[in-house]
Parts: sequence; C-alpha cells; structure tokens
Amino acid sequence: MNQWKNFSKGFIKENAVFVLFLGLCPTLGVTTSAINGLGMGLATTFVLVMSNLVVSLVKNMIPDKVRIPAFIVIIATFVTVVELVMKGYVPVLFDALGLFIPLIVVNCVVLGRAEAFASKNTVWSSLVDGTGMGFGFTMALTVLGAVREILGSGAFFGMKMISGDAMLLFILPPGAFIALGYLIVLANMIKEKNT
Amino acid sequence: MAKKESTFLTMVTTLFVITLVAAGLLGSVFALTKEPIRLAELKKKNEAIRVVVPGFDNEPSQEVQKVYVDGDTLYFYLARKGDEILGTAVETFTNEGFSGEFKLMVGFSPDGSIIDIAVIKHAETPGLGDKMERDKSDFSVQFTGKHPESFNLAVKKDRGDVDAITASTVTSRAYCDAVQRAYNALVESQN
Repeated sequence: MNQWKNFSKGFIKENAVFVLFLGLCPTLGVTTSAINGLGMGLATTFVLVMSNLVVSLVKNMIPDKVRIPAFIVIIATFVTVVELVMKGYVPVLFDALGLFIPLIVVNCVVLGRAEAFASKNTVWSSLVDGTGMGFGFTMALTVLGAVREILGSGAFFGMKMISGDAMLLFILPPGAFIALGYLIVLANMIKEKNT
Repeated sequence: MAKKESTFLTMVTTLFVITLVAAGLLGSVFALTKEPIRLAELKKKNEAIRVVVPGFDNEPSQEVQKVYVDGDTLYFYLARKGDEILGTAVETFTNEGFSGEFKLMVGFSPDGSIIDIAVIKHAETPGLGDKMERDKSDFSVQFTGKHPESFNLAVKKDRGDVDAITASTVTSRAYCDAVQRAYNALVESQN
C-alpha cells in the first residue's frame, strides 16, 4: 500500500469530520475556540495512534465475536493512562485539556479506525493510518474552533481582535452545527475539484 | 498466525486476558502517578492560597480548620506575616455549577472583605463557563476589595451586583453561591 496516500487520506479524502462524519460529538462540543480544538485533536491523535498500534498487534488473537468489547477496553485503558500521567507530571497541560480527555473514549473515530483499519492491516500501515487520521481530525477541529472563535468572540487563538462580544451564537451549540455545515460544503467543493 | 475461532472458551479467555492486562496496567500507572498527582494538587492549592491572600510567611496549608457545611467540607487556611493576621483563605465549593460541583479559593481580609478569588477545580464548559478562571476573563476581578455585606453576591439578573459571564449565567450564579457559602461560614466561625 502506498503509505503517503494512506497518510494523506485523513486530511481531505477520508477526513473523519468533514467526510466520514465520525466523532461529531466531541467535535461539536469542544470547538468553542481554536486552542480547544487543537488540544482535543492532539490528545485524540495520541490515543488513535496507540490504539491502532495495539489493535493491529493483537488482531489475530481476538475472536471476531468479541472484538468490539476488546477494542473498547484497549482504548479506554490508553485514555485513562494519558489522563493519569498528564495529571501527575504535566499539571499545566492537564489544566488546559483535562476536561476533554475522558471524552476521547466515546470518540467513534478511534473505535472506527480500530475496527475498519487496524484489525485488517499490518502494524506499520495502522500506525501511518492513525497518524494521518489523527492529524486530519486535529486540522478539522482547529479550523472549526477558529471559525467559531472568530465569529463568536472576535478572537483568534485567544487574541482579541474586536472589543466586546461578537456573534455569540457561534460559541453556543447551534453555532457549532451552522459552522460545521458550511465547512462541510467547503470540504466537498475541494474534494470534487480534486477528483 | 491464524485467526482464532469464536468459540465460547476462546471468547471468555480472550476478554479475561485483555481486561486483566488492562486492569494491571491501570493499577500500576495509578500507583506510580498517585504521589505526583497529590503533590501537583497540593502545589496548586498552595499557589491558590498565595494568590488570594498574598504576602504571608507562615505555612497556611499546615494551619487548616475544617468546617462542615451543606454536606461537604470547607477548609480555612489562616495566612499570617509574623504575628499579624493577613486574612483567611477559604476553600469553598458549590454544587450548582453547569457541570455539577466546582471548588474556589476565596481570600478574606480580617475585616471580611474579599481580597481575591481563584478557581481550584471545575468541569464547566470550555469557552463559556471556564471564563470564571482568572486568565480567561476579567469576571473574577470584580469581586476584589468588595465586602459581601455591601456587595450583593448575586448576578444582575437576580437583582444582585455581579456582572455575569455572558451566556454562562448558571456558572456565574454558582460562583456567587460558593463565595457566599465561604463568607457565611467565615462569619459563623468568628462568632
């Protein structure tokens, strides 16, 4: 398999958020600012890479009928390890991301890649897939967070550009759906041009 | 290696082994990180005390007084410089937050006015309720120097004196609730 194609598919062609519509719950929930989206994206990427690695290593030892509970246990273990280690050794980072970490367990991008890719492919391909999908997810969350932050609080990565409130709607849940909708239109336009 | 068949025995043993390994891993990571986490939390608490009653030279975290209110504990930390009492840092809580409980550290000067407030622990919505944190908005600044007797600790919507965080009235109300609880307990402890 062409590893570059395998890596880059996560950005546009099979982007988890804009094309596959996976993991929309954390996507809509945490992207109130660009930095929140970036933090959630990177934490998810780490779990995605690790769970893809382990699942592809043990894929032949797991009977088909119990693969989903087995994958979930593996993913949840990594999420909890990340949470504990972060809390103990980098409390500053935990203060910024702590609220999002437990959300990663319920992110179906992670389970989706374990099920659809890592359980059928080699270890190396699964690592590349996890990294690419993770970065694509991070990009999507950061873009959505930036759009909502600019429109909703008139700031970009925390830097205020206008004084006072902007269109507050975009920080609130309905704004997440509206902004995501238009970004999906944009992603589809780019995708059609490329094919 | 060939794929394992899904028989009852293989399914049970596989799940058993996986959960056993996961439990062992989590247990050892928990044991390893327990002490660093405790130290990190203690450091955070000490820093919070330093912010809300600055200038002390004793160890307030060694001079703790516990008060039981509303089904939970408030902690009083006495801050002194030499023999002079600078004030009391009160670790207070509220259960009215948008995501349940959160904890604040409120510094009171000896006459009962608020010196400063810091957030210790919360699970409020990122981008909305978390603006109660000092470095995210100026919400907490408005309490500085106010005396709860003359400054009504309720949001303006409830005819109080507090400017609520935009779109986070629930969080702002809970914040006031926690500060009020700290003040009430402080007054009670002095009587």
